Amino acid sequence: MKITILLWISLALMVTALYLIFVIAPIERTMGIVQKIFYLMVPMGWLALLSFLVVFIGSILYLKKRSLRWDILSYSSAEVGVIFTTLALVTGSIWAKPAWGVWWTWEPRLTATLVLWLIYLTYFMVRSFATEESRGATFAAIVGIIGFIDIPIIVLATTLWRGLHPGALIFQGGLDPTMLLTLIISLLTFSTLYALILMQRISLKNNEVEIKRMKELSQPFN
Amino acid sequence: MKFWNQVISITWKDTFSEIRTREVISSVLVFTLLVIVIFNFAFGANQETLRLVAPGILWVTFTFTGVLSLNRAFIPEKEQGCLEGLMACPISREAIYVGKMLASLLFMLIIEAIALPVFAFLFNLPVLTLPMVTITILATIGFVAVGTLFSALAINTRAREMVLPILFLPVMVPVIISAVNASKMALSGKPWNELASWIQIIGVFDVIFLVVSCLIFTYAIEE
Repeated sequence: MKITILLWISLALMVTALYLIFVIAPIERTMGIVQKIFYLMVPMGWLALLSFLVVFIGSILYLKKRSLRWDILSYSSAEVGVIFTTLALVTGSIWAKPAWGVWWTWEPRLTATLVLWLIYLTYFMVRSFATEESRGATFAAIVGIIGFIDIPIIVLATTLWRGLHPGALIFQGGLDPTMLLTLIISLLTFSTLYALILMQRISLKNNEVEIKRMKELSQPFN
Repeated sequence: MKFWNQVISITWKDTFSEIRTREVISSVLVFTLLVIVIFNFAFGANQETLRLVAPGILWVTFTFTGVLSLNRAFIPEKEQGCLEGLMACPISREAIYVGKMLASLLFMLIIEAIALPVFAFLFNLPVLTLPMVTITILATIGFVAVGTLFSALAINTRAREMVLPILFLPVMVPVIISAVNASKMALSGKPWNELASWIQIIGVFDVIFLVVSCLIFTYAIEE
């Protein structure tokens, strides 16, 4: 029920956001139509951070409480997070091509996102390398905690390493009010989408666990 | 006081077994020298080019050295079933972490203390200065802080030797970036205040990850 409501809210927001992005928001003076990808790239980066924050909290709670639901939450959120980090990297590259003339530059935020993506890939790898499932969950939780704490230090190091990003403009009030509104609606849309996908993934994972338990029960004792 | 006695006895145990077997330091040291020599071939013997890539070579070498020696930190414990014995000891998990960490730190610093002069000699660079030594010590603390945790985690997985570098390298990115840039400045004779921001990043990394690793270490070795 909750999922259905969320689905409709998310759908309505998405239509509004698309309308705002392509019809209402003005075309940027220097970069032109290309700048529109900004309204997708920023929310994706934001979702990557949000989902890894959820992984971080879920991991701490799993290590403390040892309840499977926290592991399911972190696992599902990490999966959604990796997808959105991948999308942020792809849209970042598409933006970089017209803006800087190359598909990839070692721009601080792109670099930090890439490192983040690599850390959270290992979150899944360490799970599959573990000898038992519960141990894999514990190891993944350790990676989830270390990885999240590492984010600010990575951002600090990569920013110091290279110059500034145009994104800094948003916080200096250099953005047109309509553009800012579009961005905020877009952020809201993606956050709702995140909640929706996360809930779907959790219920799917719960079913997986349930089926596994049933299979184990149905096996004859030997 | 009791805590530090326990820590020192674990560090001493590792040091003693290293003195007996000479397993880590000698083999890793040879590996380090090989890497330095191979990099020399990769970039040619041109003095100007070498000067540009030297900080990178140095830190790639030390990163590999770190992965290799940290990989050995827990494997002997597992092979002989010592880890179970260590965990059955009436000592806290934090003491085990700090003890193992200090032993790894000691081994890595010994390797670096030999590798740095060799590096200075082969590349004709002023490596043995106070800023360079500070950067090396701080970055090495960062390496072992995270490395000891991941090394303990890796021995309980199927592909032991593969897991440590995969986990370790992305997390170490900020330390590697900072160490390379700080070394670049130090080698070209920049004053302390220009190096400060890089050294601060490494210092912050060290403090944060020493505390966090110490706190969650118990989950990495539990049965």
